[in-house]
Amino acid sequence: MHERFPGLARRLPWLVLALLAAFPLLAPAFGLEYYVGFVRRVLIVAIAATSLNFILGYGGMAALGHAGFIGVGAYTVVALVEAGFSSAWLAWGGAAVVAGLAAAAIGAVSLRTRGVYFIMITLAFAQMLYYLAVSLRTWGGDDGYGIYTPLEMGAWLDGAHPQVFYWVVLAIAALVFALFSRVAHSRYGHALRGIRDNETRMVALGYPVYRLKLAGFVAAGAVAGLAGGLLASHNAFVSPGMMHWTQSALLLVMVMLGGLGRRWGAPLGVALWLTLEEALKMHTDYWHWPLGVLLLLVVFHAPQGVAALFERRAGKEAAR
Amino acid sequence: MDAIFVFEQLLNGLGYGLMLFLIAAGLTLVFGIMDTMNLAHGSLYMAGAYVAARVHEASASFALAVAVAVAVTVAVAAVLEVLVVRRLYRRDHLVQVLATFGIILIADDAVKAIWGVAPLLASTPAALAGPVQLFAGLPYPSYRLLLIGAGLAVALGLYLLVNNTRIGMLVRAGASNRQMAEFMGVRVGAVFAFVFALGAGLAALAGALMAPISAVQIGMGEAILIPALVVIVIGGIGSVRGAFVAALLVGLVDTAGRAFLPPALRAVLPPSVAADLGPALAGIAMYLLMAAVLTLKPAGLFPARG
Repeated sequence: MHERFPGLARRLPWLVLALLAAFPLLAPAFGLEYYVGFVRRVLIVAIAATSLNFILGYGGMAALGHAGFIGVGAYTVVALVEAGFSSAWLAWGGAAVVAGLAAAAIGAVSLRTRGVYFIMITLAFAQMLYYLAVSLRTWGGDDGYGIYTPLEMGAWLDGAHPQVFYWVVLAIAALVFALFSRVAHSRYGHALRGIRDNETRMVALGYPVYRLKLAGFVAAGAVAGLAGGLLASHNAFVSPGMMHWTQSALLLVMVMLGGLGRRWGAPLGVALWLTLEEALKMHTDYWHWPLGVLLLLVVFHAPQGVAALFERRAGKEAAR
Repeated sequence: MDAIFVFEQLLNGLGYGLMLFLIAAGLTLVFGIMDTMNLAHGSLYMAGAYVAARVHEASASFALAVAVAVAVTVAVAAVLEVLVVRRLYRRDHLVQVLATFGIILIADDAVKAIWGVAPLLASTPAALAGPVQLFAGLPYPSYRLLLIGAGLAVALGLYLLVNNTRIGMLVRAGASNRQMAEFMGVRVGAVFAFVFALGAGLAALAGALMAPISAVQIGMGEAILIPALVVIVIGGIGSVRGAFVAALLVGLVDTAGRAFLPPALRAVLPPSVAADLGPALAGIAMYLLMAAVLTLKPAGLFPARG
């Protein structure tokens, strides 16, 4: 694709963006109003998945506790709402900052370990956050916390159109995606990939490996927190369930399904997984097992993820 | 808080720890030998619990229920090993996470299709329904004593198997250095298939024994998996001895945290703070233990590989 249609490759992101932006306006004509909310959720989850793809795919950090940061972001919004604040920007910004701080603390400890021990310790920290949320009765504890008054996004954004929140989410998602894509191909991104491929070599070359990894981990945590804040507004509800370890595993699964360390991997994986989930749920109560079978198929037949399938085909065509 | 209460909690912790050991032993051997992360290990525990609960209800024989549960689960695990797990050796840990998570999804739906969504009520065997007077002032549920006895017996059996038999020697060889063992002519694949089945049997046994005192429901496998993983990480991945010590530690810390932390905090903190903080700290006690152990010994208490 890149070799054969250089113009298309460059234009495709803009085309996707334009289609997504037009979707709420076109949806009523096709009777798809319900799916505007669905796409909004896909976009929010894609934000979190993109941040995980950054540290996992480019940095080689197999964090199995990413849902913990989503939860920290969501509960930051709850805390601010409970304290009487009503600005959406403050809430979402706060969510990113607090989750970034949490990621700094957790990353500082976890990044001293590696391999399976890193997977386990990030999992342990996320579970700690989960139990913390379960026991904090002030913010709903086990039952969760309903946000009854929508947050205010500012003077001209609020009343203009019922789908304003959708466009705000789309803008943030596009920004996050562009930012991470850019960073991944910057000097910093190359250093990170160097660490992923051979950490010892990077240490020997004099790179401050620990600090580089921590910086990536904190950035990813902050963005996951932002996604959590948006998710809190999207659902108007926050519960400890959103940071249960299975949620972290699901996020990991979606990223790997799409394609680890590939530019389009995270959004592709999220869109594919959530769409399948939604479609299966509509037809049957037994919607888990087809997804499980899909995962096994991916593992055995497309280990590089769905994004790689497209690339390989495009590569073959170009070689012809 | 008197001595009797403390002793009772110690026994509870011991029982929980031993059940954790049954689950963790298989997990740690599979990981130690084949370097394979099996998230679906909890699903085998769930299978054991469901089959045992149903057979017990139908046949009124608890012993039969446990035996059938173990047999069925081992058979399922053998199929699983051939179809899926065998192809995961030497793959990335993340790929293993992905595939075994897929198995969890399939297993949960299979259980839902066979036994429905409502949690099962597994009954305690009639003969063990009453308490035993351990000593004056401490009646203790006899079923929990059975758990402790069974757990200790299996732990002893496993110890003898691993340390005093030929197959145990092969298992240890595979766990401490797989490549070297292969060079020396050990058929690691066959050893692994055996270990995987053994681990499945132990997980099923734990599930069958835990069924009467815990909720038998979809998702129970995912809930028990994390404490089991914590155990094998604390113990040192691949070490059965480490898993045993760590399981007891985690069992005691978790039980003690739930029993003693909330009242202790209520004594020193304002009630509203204590009510929030007590359960939170109790819930995370074992994770704090793990973080502390990993800080002091990054490869666990008894690293199986030097």
